[in-house]
Amino acid sequence: MTTNRRTRIAAPDQATVGEVIAIRTLISHPMESGFRRDATGRAIARDILVRFECRFEDQLIFAADLAPGTAANPYLSFHYRAERSGTLHFLWRDQAGVETRDRHALLVL
Amino acid sequence: MRFWFCSALLLGLTACRPAVLPEPPKPISGARFQTADTQALQRDPFANPGLLWVDRGEALFTARPSESGQACVACHEDKLQGAAASLPRFDTDTGGLVNVEMAINNCRQARQGLPALPWESEDLLSLTAYVAAQSAGLPFSVDLSGPARAHWRAGQRYFHTRVGQLNLSCANCHEQFVGRQLRGDTLSQGQSVGYPAYRFEWQSLGSLHRRLQFCNSGVRAEPRSGGHPIYLDLELYLAWRAGSLPLEAPAVRR
Repeated sequence: MTTNRRTRIAAPDQATVGEVIAIRTLISHPMESGFRRDATGRAIARDILVRFECRFEDQLIFAADLAPGTAANPYLSFHYRAERSGTLHFLWRDQAGVETRDRHALLVL
Repeated sequence: MRFWFCSALLLGLTACRPAVLPEPPKPISGARFQTADTQALQRDPFANPGLLWVDRGEALFTARPSESGQACVACHEDKLQGAAASLPRFDTDTGGLVNVEMAINNCRQARQGLPALPWESEDLLSLTAYVAAQSAGLPFSVDLSGPARAHWRAGQRYFHTRVGQLNLSCANCHEQFVGRQLRGDTLSQGQSVGYPAYRFEWQSLGSLHRRLQFCNSGVRAEPRSGGHPIYLDLELYLAWRAGSLPLEAPAVRR
């Protein structure tokens, strides 16, 4: 399904200044490699996410290039040192340029 | 070559079927046959990939399907807690068994005026996963009285009937050879408590009936369609056979 992408974000809502927080993301996507064939022997077209980006406000804090070998429903986990309050913006872009976005507010005390 | 050797071995060892059907073994969840990593992934309340379907199921359950239609939650304020544990059950209207997928589709058609969702579609899987997840932690409590008894017996009979070119019954693998290796895999008891489950091999969530189709094609028997009466009978037998095992959908399996 190309519509109805579901995303899950797990990150703390609050952190202290300088605290290293864990950010975990999950998105529903088949990550069809393009190397498989269906029951009739026809090649199944490639359908993958190619890029993930996480920004704190405007600043890029984490990015990943995804490839056909990535499993379906990619799960990405990374760390970030929280310095001030703001919003984390998440973006997944597929091979056709279609973007899925999510966000998470972070309060730094 | 090795495959034929294995099957020849299995056939040789299991040639004598007892006249009386044996009691099922003490139930062990399929999770116990997975690696520690897979078990941890299933327990993780964030990273379990099956939860993507549960999330979507919750959205479908709560949203009104159209301007005039009622949301599922309008009738089912309790979010159907524990409902999946009592399914499949005998339905007097249709004169057959009804499982979670069919109960959802019956409700859609009779009460919401919507078309039935295709078997194994993303929306039906999502709703099923959501409803099944509301019974997580409870054991099955299926009703075997009255007409359901005959379906239970048919399921039990199918479980012990050899099928396919490899001529194996469910019981051959999932009772006689539990814990043994079948090529790269460890044979489990074939418990149904984790379904719908996320399987790595599928890279997706799948229904119990899809798993049964997978078993059928594994022994080179013709897989039945999803919702087939035989699968429903088997589903009822498996629910009874799970004893006090708690439900754990959405589970994560190889």
